[in-house]
Amino acid sequence: MTDVADPEAAMTAAPATGHETPAHPPTTTGMSHNKVAMWLFLGSECLLFGALISVYMFAKSRLPAGEIGPNDVFDIPFTSVSSFVLLMSSLTMVLALSALTRGEERGFRIWIVATALLGGTFIAGQVYEFTVFYNLGLGYTTNIFGSAFYTLTGFHGAHVTIGIVMLMSALVASLRGRLSPRNAETVELIGLYWHFVDIVWILIFTIIYLFPQ
Amino acid sequence: MTTTSEPPLQLTAGEQLVRPSTSLGVFSRPRGDTGWKSWLFTVDHKRIGIMYGAAALLFLVIGGIEALLIRLQLAVPGGNVLSEDAYNQVFTMHGVTMVFLVIMPMAAAFANYLLPLQIGARDVAFPRLNAFSLWAFLAGGIFLNTSWFLGGAPDGGWFGYAPNSGLVYSPSNGMDFYALGLQIAGIASLVSAINLITTVLNMRTPGMTLFRMPVLTWMLLVVQFLLLFAIPVITVALFLLSFDRLFDANFFNVAAGADPLLWQHLFWIFGHPEVYILILPAFGIMSEVIPVFSRKPIFGYPFMVFSGIAIGFMGWGVWAHHMFTSGMGPVSVAAFSLSTMFIAVPTGVKILNWLATMWGGRIRLTTAMLYSVGAVAMFTIGGLSGVTHAIAPADTQQTDTYYIVAHFHYVIFGGSLMGMLSGIYFWWPKMFGHKLDEKLGKIGFWVLLIGFNLTFGPMHILGLQGMSRRIHSYAADSGFNLWNMFATVGSFVIAVGVLLFFWNIGVSRRRARGAPPVGPDPWDARGLEWMTASPTPTHNFDRDITVTRQDEFWHRKWRIGEDGKVTRIARSEDVAHDGSATDVHLPSPSYWPVVVALGLPLVAYGLIYNLWLTGLGALVILGGLYGWVFEPPDDPEAHAHDDHHDADPSDDSGNGASGGGTSTNGEGGPDSGDGTRQLTGAGVAGGPSAQATEEQS
Ligand code: HEM
Ligand SMILES: [Cu+2]
Repeated sequence: MTDVADPEAAMTAAPATGHETPAHPPTTTGMSHNKVAMWLFLGSECLLFGALISVYMFAKSRLPAGEIGPNDVFDIPFTSVSSFVLLMSSLTMVLALSALTRGEERGFRIWIVATALLGGTFIAGQVYEFTVFYNLGLGYTTNIFGSAFYTLTGFHGAHVTIGIVMLMSALVASLRGRLSPRNAETVELIGLYWHFVDIVWILIFTIIYLFPQ
Repeated sequence: MTTTSEPPLQLTAGEQLVRPSTSLGVFSRPRGDTGWKSWLFTVDHKRIGIMYGAAALLFLVIGGIEALLIRLQLAVPGGNVLSEDAYNQVFTMHGVTMVFLVIMPMAAAFANYLLPLQIGARDVAFPRLNAFSLWAFLAGGIFLNTSWFLGGAPDGGWFGYAPNSGLVYSPSNGMDFYALGLQIAGIASLVSAINLITTVLNMRTPGMTLFRMPVLTWMLLVVQFLLLFAIPVITVALFLLSFDRLFDANFFNVAAGADPLLWQHLFWIFGHPEVYILILPAFGIMSEVIPVFSRKPIFGYPFMVFSGIAIGFMGWGVWAHHMFTSGMGPVSVAAFSLSTMFIAVPTGVKILNWLATMWGGRIRLTTAMLYSVGAVAMFTIGGLSGVTHAIAPADTQQTDTYYIVAHFHYVIFGGSLMGMLSGIYFWWPKMFGHKLDEKLGKIGFWVLLIGFNLTFGPMHILGLQGMSRRIHSYAADSGFNLWNMFATVGSFVIAVGVLLFFWNIGVSRRRARGAPPVGPDPWDARGLEWMTASPTPTHNFDRDITVTRQDEFWHRKWRIGEDGKVTRIARSEDVAHDGSATDVHLPSPSYWPVVVALGLPLVAYGLIYNLWLTGLGALVILGGLYGWVFEPPDDPEAHAHDDHHDADPSDDSGNGASGGGTSTNGEGGPDSGDGTRQLTGAGVAGGPSAQATEEQS
C-alpha cells in the first residue's frame, strides 16, 4: 500500500521501506540495518583506538630517562608469533563464513572453533607477556609507559575476548540448529568485527613493538 | 547484537499464528498501551522522545537552581552564600548538567520523536537499542547527581582539566562520579548515534532522497556523525582519568613525566565538535519553524545542508582555540586562530539564509517563531564574540574571564536552548494533541529574552574589566559590583520565564480537555510529521508515503500557479492520514533495555566503593544482554495492531483530544482486544505450519 500524490511518480518511485514485504523489509541502501550499524560502530572504534594509540605515543615520549621502557621488556620474536596466530584467525574466519554460506555445517563449526582457538591462543600469549613484563619490573603503576602500554593492549585484548564470546555464541547457535545460510549475515558481521580487531593489532604491533624508539 | 538479525515475523490476517508462547521460558513480554509499565518498557520512538524531553526539563530545573545559587553568591562582593568548596561543586555540576543532561537529551528528544516521522518511517532501526539509550542516559544523569549525597559533587569544572581533576587536587569522589557518569551518558549517545544514522540511511520512505530530507533531519544526521566520532575520544580521556584516580595510573601524573596538555587536547578534540552537537539541532529546528511562519520555503536549501555538513567537518579542526594560552607554541596558535575564523563562514551562511527566508515572507509571529527569531539574534551576538576570541592576542586577554562565559551562554542558551524552546512550542500539538497557550508563551518569551540579556550582556563588560570566571567572590573595590547585581537580577527574571513555561504546560493541558482537537496540521506546516493525526498514532502513518519533492506535504496542500500565485488545493485533514490503520507492524516492548541500563550505574558505583558491586553490575548487564539477544525483536502474541483491514473509521475521533502524556493511538480499545484474542487463539492451534515458522527463528 502506498500513498501517492500523482500516479506517474508512483511508477518511477523506487520501492523502499514498505511494510508490504515484511519478511525482509527492504532498506533504502539495500544493506541490512545490522550491517550498516556494524560499520558505523567500527568507524567509531577507529577513533577509540586512534586516541589510545596517540596517548601511548605521547606518554612513551615523556618517559623519564633511565626508567624501565619498551626496549627493556619487548620480546619481538614472541609477539611476532602471537601476532601471526591472530592474523591466521582472520583466515579461518573467512573460511568459516564461506562454509556457512555454502551450507556446510560441519565445516563451519570446525573453522569457527579454530578461529576462537587462535584468538584464545593470542590472549594466552598476551597474559603470558604481561606476566613476564610484570616480573621484569613493569607494573601498571610503575611509570607512564607501563600505564599506557597496559591500557592500550588491554583494551585490544578485551576486544579480542568479546570477539571470542561472539564466536562461541555463533557456535552454540549452530549446534542448536539456529544458523543457516540464510542468516549467514550474523556471522559475516562477527567476522567484520573480528577482522577489524585484527587490523588494529597489526597497527599496534607495527607502531608499538616494531618502532619502540 | 548480532544474533537478532532475524527479520520481524510477519502476521497476516487470517493466517494462523505458529509461534511458541514465550520468548524466554518464564518471562512473558510486557504488554499494553497504558500505565507506567507501558512507558518503562516501551520501544516506541515517540514515547522515548517524550521521556527524553521530560528528563531534560527536569535536569533543566536542577541545573537552573545551581545557576541561581551561583548568581546569589556573586550578587554582592564578598558573598557568603556558598563556601569555596561548595561553589566549585555548584558551578561544575551546573555546566555538566546543562551540557550533558539538558541540551543533549533535549536534542535527543527531538531526534527520537521527529526524525523517523520526517523521513516517513515506522520507527527507528533498532527500537530496543533506542530504549536502552534513554535509560542509560537517565542512569548516568542520576548517578552523577547522587554524588551530592555521597561526599561531594564533581568540582573540577565541566571540562575537568587533569591533573587538577586528579586525586591530589580533587580528593573527594566527585570527579570519579564525573568520569564514570559521563562515560555512561556517552554510551547512551553513541548507541543512539548508530541507531539514528542507520535509521536515516536505511528507512526513508519511497522517494525520500537525501536531498529531499528536511533541514532538521539533515542537521540531526550531522550531529549523530559528530557524536559517533567525538564520543570515543572523550571515552578514552575519561578512562584515563578514571584509571589515574582509581588504579594509580600515571597518565596525568606530572611527577612521572606526564604532560597536562594531554587532557586538554583529548577533551577539546571532543569538546569543540560537542559545541556543534549542542547547536546544530537548534539550527535544524529554526530551519523548520522559520519557513512555516514566513510562509516561504527555506531559502537556499542546499546551502543550509552543505553549510551544516561543512560545520561538521571543520568542527574537527579548531579544538585548540580553547588552548591559546596553554603554551602550545606560536605555529599551533596561528593555525588554529585561522581555522577558527574560517568556521564562522558556514555559520554566517546559515544566519543569512534565515534572514532571507523571512525577507518578503508573510510572517506570523507565533511563540515558536518568536523563539526562533530570538535564537537567530542571540546566536549572532554569541558568534560575533566567538570571532573576537578567534583572534589569539585578543583571546589572551579574554580567556578565563566572564567574557567567555558571556560568549558561550549567548550561543548555548541564546542559540541552542531558545531554538529548542521554539521547537517545543512548534511540535507540542503534534506530540500531545493541543497547542500551548500563545499569550502566555509570548509573555514567557519576552521575560526570558529580557532576563537573558540582563544576565549575560553585562558579563561581556565584566570580562573585559578583568573579572575571572569561576572565582568564588570578589572585592568591593574591584569595580564589578554594579554589573554583577544586574546579572543576578537578570537570572531571577530568567527563572520567572522558565516558570511561566511550565505554568503554560499545565494551563494548556487543562484547557485542552474537552476542547476540539487541533487536527493534524495546526500551523499549515511542511514536513511529513504533520501528515498524520495529532497526537501521532502509535504506528505513525497509515500508509507509506511516496515523496516526489522537497516539502512534499505542503505541495499536496498548495499549488503554485504559472503566475507564481499560491492556491490551496486540498485541506490538511484530507491529505493527512487519520491514524485509523490497524495493519501496521509494530515492534514489541521489552524488559531488557532497562535491565542492561540498570547494570551500568551498578558497575560505576562498584568501581568507586566496592568491586563486588561491579561484578554484580556486570552480571546484570550480561544477563540482560543474554535475554535481549534471545528475545525475538517482535512478540507475535502481543500485536494489537496487526492484521486488521476492517478498521472502523469512526474510531479515529479519539485521536485529537486525548492530550497529555499518555497519548496513545486512536484505534486502541475494541480493535486491540480483538487482535489479541484472534492471535492468541491461533497460537494454540499450532499445526503443520508451526514447524515452518519455528525454523525461521
Ligand atoms: C561562530 C562560531 C564560534 C566561534 C568562532 C567560537 C570561538 C570560541 C573560542 C575561540 C573559544 C575559546 C575562548 C577561550 O576559552 O579563551 C570559545 C569558547 C567556547 N565556545 Fe565558542 N565559538 C563559536 C561558536 C560556539 C557555539 C555554537 C557553541 C555552543 C553551542 C560554543 C560554545 C563554547 C563554549 C562552551 C566555550 C567555552 C568552553 C569553556 O572554556 O568552558 N561556541 N568559542
Ligand atoms: Cu571551540
